[in-house]
Amino acid sequence: MDFLTINHIHHTYFTKSSATTALSDITLDVQEGEFISFLGPSGCGKTTLLSIVAGLIKPTEGKVELENRPIGDGDNKIGYMLQQDYLFPWKTIEENITLGLKMNQVLNDKTRSEALSLLHQMGLKGVESKLPRHLSGGMRQRVALVRTLATEPKLLMLDEPFSALDYQTKLKLEDLVSNTLKQFGKTAILVTHDIGEAIAMSDRIFLFSPQPGRLHKTFTIPEELRNLTPFKARNHRRFAELFQMIWKELEQLEEPEKY
Amino acid sequence: MKNQKSIELLHQDYLKTLINKKRWIRFYQLVIFLLFFSSWELASQKDWIDQLIFSSPSKIWNLFIQKMNDGSLAMNVGVTLTETVVGFILGTFLGTLLAAILWWSPLLSDILDPYLVILNAMPKVALGPILIVALGPGFTSIIAMGAIISIIITTIVVYTSFKEVDPNYVTVLKTFGATRVQCFREAILPASFPTIISTLKVNVGLSWVGVIVGEFLVSAKGLGYMIIYGFQVFNFTLVMLSLLLIAVLATIMYQAVDLLEKKLIKNG
Ligand SMILES: Nc1ncnc2c1ncn2[C@@H]1O[C@H](COP(=O)(O)OP(=O)(O)OP(=O)(O)O)[C@@H](O)[C@H]1O
Ligand SMILES: [Mg+2]
Repeated sequence: MDFLTINHIHHTYFTKSSATTALSDITLDVQEGEFISFLGPSGCGKTTLLSIVAGLIKPTEGKVELENRPIGDGDNKIGYMLQQDYLFPWKTIEENITLGLKMNQVLNDKTRSEALSLLHQMGLKGVESKLPRHLSGGMRQRVALVRTLATEPKLLMLDEPFSALDYQTKLKLEDLVSNTLKQFGKTAILVTHDIGEAIAMSDRIFLFSPQPGRLHKTFTIPEELRNLTPFKARNHRRFAELFQMIWKELEQLEEPEKY
Repeated sequence: MKNQKSIELLHQDYLKTLINKKRWIRFYQLVIFLLFFSSWELASQKDWIDQLIFSSPSKIWNLFIQKMNDGSLAMNVGVTLTETVVGFILGTFLGTLLAAILWWSPLLSDILDPYLVILNAMPKVALGPILIVALGPGFTSIIAMGAIISIIITTIVVYTSFKEVDPNYVTVLKTFGATRVQCFREAILPASFPTIISTLKVNVGLSWVGVIVGEFLVSAKGLGYMIIYGFQVFNFTLVMLSLLLIAVLATIMYQAVDLLEKKLIKNG
């Protein structure tokens, strides 16, 4: 049984002056506990697809099912971390990370302290009572990640969660997120521009081509890389091989734009 | 170490110049104040201006003491102040409520749009006679004047700010399955707080206009009544006294709102 099925999704954005087809005929499924990545040039519809899966926009065609039920059916628990952090500027960091718990009416001492300990694991101590504007971009991104993780969603969708981090923090967080998700058997979809990150973290990679967004190719990451933590996977012999392969595919996709 | 000390000294110097500057500003403000009243007094005593029309500070002061002693002033000030504060709070509250309703139903807001424009363009004080006939010549209709004058403009300004809140905050809440009420309470309303506070400041002034005009029309009690009465019996000392009191009270109210703003913004 598939955990998540995305079935013949088309999406066109309509504005007064134009109609942009962002996605065309996307079909894929994700198994429970799987970690998958969406890779592709800017504007190929990755964010659009996540928004559709999250039930935030209705696709022009096609359907999405989570555990055989249409999404947006109430108790489906999807966590979605947007491309920008969108921390509430008037709320403290603690209020921000417990926002999801509060909305679901499950905020109590236990869930609060779990959220706070997650914050500490992300390397953010002593910021609980600060306001978002007192934090750097990378710190804010980690807070947004904690906010999404705190509700313990069954399906986690991350739109470029590590883009504002320095390289070292990024490697550390990759390991942390990957371990946490594996430990609890969570399913995750990651959007990234970083080929290395996609290889190191995922079980499968979906490569998208632009204009309109289509599923171009799927890469399955070999067993020996999957079992390693992202940091160790980066140093594996097969890693470089895969990197070259995906790099070439991406180059081919982006080539027509140059002329 | 040495460096640290000299920086500290420089900082102290800097603070001193700031305090000095402030003192000078206060000094000049006081000079203007004294100059205004003393030249008024002088001009009036030397008959450079018509005493009957422009009165004089000393006359106003004497009248003030006299009216304080017979208790009529406190009563009139109390009435006007209550009407203004209640009208101001009602106007702001109802305006914000109306804005919330419009936000709740975009269709309703589209439908009502031209009517809001008309109501906003309409000079609200012109509704005075109708209000007095409908609500009776007294407290209620004057408060209604103080409120009605600020409701529509509050609605328009606050509703605009509701609409301008970055929709992504609502998106974040929706990913957590928030209801529309939750979205309003957690994102839309707090994000618009600064705008609501700034409409408070405008509404202070508007409520005074509404209430004074209302008192002109009802002509029974309050500072507005004192002005009209003084005008009718040609007692311009009374008119001037009322005007000065209104200026002082309106300023105090404005400062109170300003203080409230500083408190709320600091917490928010
Ligand atoms: N609200 C919208 N209205 C109209 N067109 C839109 C809207 N959002 C996205 N698009 C268009 O849809 C296409 C896909 O956008 P999308 O944001 O999904 O891309 P993306 O793959 O996430 O890009 P990036 O990697 O830069 O984040 C783009 O061509 C974009 O211009
Ligand atoms: Mg995107």
